Amino acid sequence: MNSTSDSYVLCARGLRKDHGRDASLVRAVDGVDLGVAAGETVAIMGPSGCGKSTLLYLLGGLDRPTSGEIWLAGQNLTLMSERGLARLRRERIGFVFQAFHLMDELTAVENVELPALLDGRAPRTARRRATGLLERVGLADRAKFLPAQLSGGQRQRVAIARALVADPELVLADEPTGNLDSAATAEVLRLFGQLHAAGQTLVIVTHDPQVAATADRMISMRDGAFTNQARPSDGITGRLGALTGVGG
Amino acid sequence: MGKIVLVARLTARDIRRHKAQAVLLLLAITAATTTLVLGLALNGVTSHPYQQTRAATNGPDLVAQYGLNLGANGPGSGEVSAAQVQADTRTLTHLSGVTGYSGPYPLASVVLRARGLTVAVMAEGRGQAPASVDQPKLTAGSWVRPGGVVLERTFAEALGVGVGDRVTLDGQPFTVAGIAVTAAAAPYPNLCQTTCRFTGPAMSNSGSLSTLNIGLAWVTEAAARAMGSPQAPLTYILNLKLKDPATAPAVVNQFLSANGGPDGAMAQSIDGTSTWQAISSAAGLLVQDQQQVLRVGALLAVLLAVASVAVLAGGRMAERTRRVGLLKAVGSTPRLVAAVLVAENLALAVAAAASGLVIGWATAPLITNPGAGLIGTAGVPSITPATIGLTVAMALAVALASSLVPAIRAACSSTVSALADSPRPPGRRSALIALSARLPVPLLLGVRMTARRLRRAVLGAASIAVTSTGIVAVLTFRATVDHDLGGASGGQVGDPVATRDTQMLVVIMIVLVALAVLNAVCAAMATVVDSRRSAALTRALGASPRQVSAGVAWAQVLPAVPGTLLGIPLGLGLFLAADGGGVLTVPPIWWLAAAVLAIAAAVAAMASIPARAGARRPAAAILQAETT
Repeated sequence: MNSTSDSYVLCARGLRKDHGRDASLVRAVDGVDLGVAAGETVAIMGPSGCGKSTLLYLLGGLDRPTSGEIWLAGQNLTLMSERGLARLRRERIGFVFQAFHLMDELTAVENVELPALLDGRAPRTARRRATGLLERVGLADRAKFLPAQLSGGQRQRVAIARALVADPELVLADEPTGNLDSAATAEVLRLFGQLHAAGQTLVIVTHDPQVAATADRMISMRDGAFTNQARPSDGITGRLGALTGVGG
Repeated sequence: MGKIVLVARLTARDIRRHKAQAVLLLLAITAATTTLVLGLALNGVTSHPYQQTRAATNGPDLVAQYGLNLGANGPGSGEVSAAQVQADTRTLTHLSGVTGYSGPYPLASVVLRARGLTVAVMAEGRGQAPASVDQPKLTAGSWVRPGGVVLERTFAEALGVGVGDRVTLDGQPFTVAGIAVTAAAAPYPNLCQTTCRFTGPAMSNSGSLSTLNIGLAWVTEAAARAMGSPQAPLTYILNLKLKDPATAPAVVNQFLSANGGPDGAMAQSIDGTSTWQAISSAAGLLVQDQQQVLRVGALLAVLLAVASVAVLAGGRMAERTRRVGLLKAVGSTPRLVAAVLVAENLALAVAAAASGLVIGWATAPLITNPGAGLIGTAGVPSITPATIGLTVAMALAVALASSLVPAIRAACSSTVSALADSPRPPGRRSALIALSARLPVPLLLGVRMTARRLRRAVLGAASIAVTSTGIVAVLTFRATVDHDLGGASGGQVGDPVATRDTQMLVVIMIVLVALAVLNAVCAAMATVVDSRRSAALTRALGASPRQVSAGVAWAQVLPAVPGTLLGIPLGLGLFLAADGGGVLTVPPIWWLAAAVLAIAAAVAAMASIPARAGARRPAAAILQAETT
């Protein structure tokens, strides 16, 4: 890791992801460079199919890039084994999905405590932590409810609580408000605001300008590549590489 | 007509598209149908070789044993006078319909020792000239001579002796002069299934000597007479030919009624009479047990095939949810959708029935050997319309029983949810979820996967219980045979029926284990398909692929353990039921423990194959595919 990337929690260089080969080759992510500083909230925007979700899964170690490097907290994800990546996801990364991805047969509190149990924590400790997080997202009274008994907004709040259970260095959110109505969206945004204020590093993939507006930085993506980036306070200011400082 | 073409076309395309599943289904039903065909092929398998042996030896239609004073003092009270023997001979040879006879031949009850083995033997005294009725057919060596003994072929094989070997009869040394077969007595060990009166001291002073399985030997008449003693009196054998062999049972009945029934006949010292039909039937006992074993085996195989197909069909339905939605969206009725789903399994069932018939027909000669006691072979069994009908019906029943309910359920599902390919909602078992939180990660995942689809777990447990039942029944059979033969202490002759039964049981066990393995693979495949979303999510939350695949394997092993344990009492019960309520010997605990562990290990090993393949699928692709 070089000195430039040392200042970032998350750093990606020359990231590329191809699907298929020869005539059917699709380049989902095409030469992306990204640096995310500690406590920063970055929103990646773009139309459906531009590769932003694929990028997020690459950054979270759920998928492997065709080429390029990803560094998280000083560790090169591209060189890690599956086991190492699993451990990284358990300890350092939290995921929030558009489809919530809660286990249907588990109650809210059981869903939240699941990553802690996978991490080998004692059941009582995991339950205490999960209960505390549900209180934090305003769902203490819904702890014993099954996902089917919760509204969309409530489900997403459970998913956010689950993403935070390991106290991760990075939270990756994939269209977190994509399936929500405006009231639920506002509630989720409020939670993200709180996380941001508490110094949580966030990367949010979204096509909702309202969500992107809460970020420190907005990055536009098209055909697998970053096209523009902007700070909501500054407006759009030039090319990605110059602004992130990792591209060239 | 158009609908039939559509169903046929969709069936053909789907089978072609999911070849591996189709092959698994085919294998499962073929295993069951082959076992059934083999069971049916053994019907009357020995009747032809017995007839060949009868023709080659000019076998008797009626055999009588007599010459023992059975009157006031009961069996063993001594040899009757020569005059009484002559009188009895006259009575028997003058029965209506008798056209010829040979004998009476003296029959000595002696103890044979050879190669460290000790066995009770009936030694029949014969002249060196060929007899007109029942001249045993030599298959090796030469006929009786002074100092030479001829042994019945099955008995010689069980002893492991051949021509030229030395044996002793009541301590007197003899050389095995020849090996022969006869149609006048059932081959070893079923000699006493027809008339058999062993008068020797071994009956009352048996010790380790088995008097249940008695061998047959021929010696010179002088040698047989010399073996008689007050402690082991001689009896006599008379072989009768009738004008019409079919009337043999009627002649016996006529004789008995004229002499005041069996007791009256005994008063004349005529101990018993055997018709050739009874001897033929006793000769068939060698394969009768085999037939019973195969029928029970076929039943177990069918049960396992149903479980296999049910798991496979369930898994196939889960994969075809979207296809069902599409069919319904373009206007198919639930009935047509159900027909499409069931037609695939029915088509495979018909193919499996055909395969079972061909394989059964081709392999039947391997197991229909009538035994060394008869000459000739049973040949290739004929496949009768009844066999074909029964096999096809069973295959269709297996396919229908296991796929009709899932097909109807899929056909009646909501079109919208089917199009969305939303998985069937999992079941929730709070107690299991709470319990699993205290377990290591692979077990935690395994318990939760089991709890999600409890019905599949019950099916898995039932399938393993069937396998375990079969294996425990085989072990019980082995333990009982070992016990009956005096364990490993030796000194006793092996039982050819038990040997053949063991061979059949091993074949059945292999079929059952193969089907159970198939079940484990199918169940694991279904679990992998069914839990793909939760497995991907679990990996996103930090579980390693190895933990997830171990979880899938545990999800198969957990129901297998109670299934295996349940198979222990069921296996003992099955043995008792198949044995007609006889006495069983419970296998040693370590045998059962080893069986339980082996089954659990086999299930884990087999389940880990699809589990590992499933864990290799990128979690991101699965999570991205489900965004609603």
